[in-house]
Amino acid sequence: MNRRDIFQKTGFTLLALCMAANIVFLGTILWFIVSRGLPAISWEFLTAAPRDAMTAGGIAPAILGTLYLTLGAVIVALPLGVACAVYLTEYSPKGWTVNAIRISVNNLAGVPSVVFGLFGLAVFVKGAGFGVSILSGSLTLGMLALPLIISASQEALIAVPQSIREASLALGASRWETIRKVVLPAALPGILTGVILSVGRAAGETAPILFTAAAFYLKGYPDSVFSEVMALPYHIYALMTEGTHPEAQTRIAYGSSLVLLALVLAMSMLAIYIRQRQRRTYHA
Amino acid sequence: MNTPKERFIKLLFTAAAFSSLALLAGIIIVLFREALPVFSFVSPLAFLGGESWYPTAEPPEFGIWPLIAASAWVTGIALVICVPLGVGSALYLHELAGPRQRAVLKPVIEVLASVPSIIYGFFGMTVMAPFMQEAFGLPIGLCALTAGVILGVMATPTVASIAEDALGYVPRSFREASFALGANRWETLVKVIIPAAGSGISTAIILGMSRAIGETMTVLMVAGGAAVVPASVFDPVRPMTAAIAAEMGEAAVGGEHYHALFAIALALFLVTFVFNAAAELISRRYRLKLGLAR
Amino acid sequence: MLSTADENPAARPPSGTVTLNAGSTAEGDAVGAEPKISARGVSFYYGAKRALKEINLDFAPRVVTAIIGPSGCGKSTFIRLLNRMNELVPGTRLEGEILLDGADITAPSCDAADLRKRVGMVFQKPNPFPKTIFENVAYGLEVNGVRDRLALEEKVEDSLRRAALWDEVKDRLRESALGLSGGQQQRLCIARCLAVEPEVILFDEPCASLDPISTARIEELILELKRRYTIVIVTHNMQQAARISDRTAFFLMGELIEIGSTGRIFRAPRDKRTEDYITGRFG
Repeated sequence: MNRRDIFQKTGFTLLALCMAANIVFLGTILWFIVSRGLPAISWEFLTAAPRDAMTAGGIAPAILGTLYLTLGAVIVALPLGVACAVYLTEYSPKGWTVNAIRISVNNLAGVPSVVFGLFGLAVFVKGAGFGVSILSGSLTLGMLALPLIISASQEALIAVPQSIREASLALGASRWETIRKVVLPAALPGILTGVILSVGRAAGETAPILFTAAAFYLKGYPDSVFSEVMALPYHIYALMTEGTHPEAQTRIAYGSSLVLLALVLAMSMLAIYIRQRQRRTYHA
Repeated sequence: MNTPKERFIKLLFTAAAFSSLALLAGIIIVLFREALPVFSFVSPLAFLGGESWYPTAEPPEFGIWPLIAASAWVTGIALVICVPLGVGSALYLHELAGPRQRAVLKPVIEVLASVPSIIYGFFGMTVMAPFMQEAFGLPIGLCALTAGVILGVMATPTVASIAEDALGYVPRSFREASFALGANRWETLVKVIIPAAGSGISTAIILGMSRAIGETMTVLMVAGGAAVVPASVFDPVRPMTAAIAAEMGEAAVGGEHYHALFAIALALFLVTFVFNAAAELISRRYRLKLGLAR
Repeated sequence: MLSTADENPAARPPSGTVTLNAGSTAEGDAVGAEPKISARGVSFYYGAKRALKEINLDFAPRVVTAIIGPSGCGKSTFIRLLNRMNELVPGTRLEGEILLDGADITAPSCDAADLRKRVGMVFQKPNPFPKTIFENVAYGLEVNGVRDRLALEEKVEDSLRRAALWDEVKDRLRESALGLSGGQQQRLCIARCLAVEPEVILFDEPCASLDPISTARIEELILELKRRYTIVIVTHNMQQAARISDRTAFFLMGELIEIGSTGRIFRAPRDKRTEDYITGRFG
């Protein structure tokens, strides 16, 4: 083996180690959360409200709260995001408007989530007077998810070959008919993938709901969109930083983390699955 | 083609498209409006350069230098981890992994990227911090190093997936030309492919950095929270995002502390804005260089 | 321009003459009846670049007209003007007029969607929708408001038969069109086009991506379709033009060099450049 081969061998080994590090990270995190979270999980844990100063009982209000907030975010961001992507790929003439919108989308995607939280606090909680509520939290999370949904949808729409748009127009379909009947159906799996991933991201976010929606402990379940809610990520944070009974509460925090992780990972697995299946069928 | 219905629909889409622009403008306006009053009671220089952050003391002091230093330290440590690991993983995926391996490894990276930051923070608090405390004999495991390491792990998949995209843009012909000249795969990688993808890789690094600076929950839980300029990596610190998240709950709306926290958010926003703009600019020029419009 | 005005129809003013090559006496060169489509003084610009220069060209009804010429000569650009597909390209501009049955299709009052229902198009690469075979053919009908299931089924079968595809796909109408072979996909696209009942069909190099056997089937089909439709086909394959067209137009660098009966163009081209192209001296 000469010097060049040794160099190559060493280099490739280093690269393999880098890749392996990712697997080790993921494995370690999963191992701790699952092995320590699993003992906490029971039917009661998933379906009951907390008891005894948050040292016993379940996390059902937090699970439900996260579902409300996430659903609200989807309702806000999905139509707006897909419509924006449709405009960018299907309608817009090339020019400064498109560039301005594209740049703003890219920049929004990079805005720290805590800044979204402050924006929500100033605009929705205080400005619009929605208070600390499901509504404010959903709107804030929706804003956060918007750029993600736009870029994912845009990617899916761009992947639709231009030739089938032309085919539709050449048959006398209008632009809107072409978008509705050909382009959107063809792009649907891609859009779905992006939406699921951004929803997963929104579901796990804590900083944006810190001042806009979340409460540490509530008696009973929220009764309107103007209610405060408990939410899984905030619940974990609160248990670890504001709790008064570390022993019992760390156990609950592990259980909550496992539930949150399972929720988010299930969504991203689903997205990955849809995309891989799509890739196979499209490749005809 | 131009029936009223079609025009109306186009109008709807146009309006939706401007929502993102309006949102960005809204964020900028709100940040400035809520942040600027801070300069009525503290000068910009004293705000950015002041070494004491005692917002609730009497009289309060609003110097965010300790917070800026904390963010810089933590981000710096994160970069030491995420740059080699992220770029190395991207190179491995691009260069060495076959289709079967990629089918497993790419999802691993994506899943790692989708783990919520609260989970990283929780993991850091309950597993990483005790480990660091033990390993380095520290009084407390919550410190700049622990936070930086966790941030590095979080930013690795970001860097990896963007860098891998950039590598994908390098034309095959470059590689073939290098092989034809007798270079082996490693030499081709180091001397041809990495330089060709250089600006794409730097985009990935900038975006990874931007992610680390803006990350909130992890540093809030793991960095230790002391608002003092750190002297070593083992000192507990309070990065900018952590200060905002921890203190906004107690700050009275419209008060000095409230405006000061918005001013921190503004500074944070401007920094990430510059990073993102730089990344965008570099990646655009990169694609042009490789002859890929759009 | 080296040729004289007499020999070059493009140089003649766009006055309302019905026949082209009026100066020629060779039999079969003249368009007999009223033209179905008539381009008058058509110039076309991509930005500042002029892609077509002063084209005057008539297409007779129920006749196959082939447009030949080397790559980049503007033949595809021209055919895409006839159903206004070039509108989709930003920064383009058209001068002159294009008449369909005497009415200007470039006028703002003319609806592009309505026009495209009358002037169908088959593209270079087969471009079926990622839908089932049935949905592909039914698409144009649904866009035109046909909702009745029975009528749809009847029309789909009829169109597939006329495109000589029915026997091959009748048992798999509910399967994805992307599973068909390239040649079958192209015939599906033709069926999809026929279902809308156009008056004119534009073929933009329909066999460019097909094997010789599939090509032969498409050519047969075009000859069959000629009985009912006015057909314009762009091709860079001169044998194909000779096999299936009645009239042939030769384009070069955005100009119409010569038009005449296919036999005459290939036997006795009048312009030196046409002769050079046909005999393979360039292109």
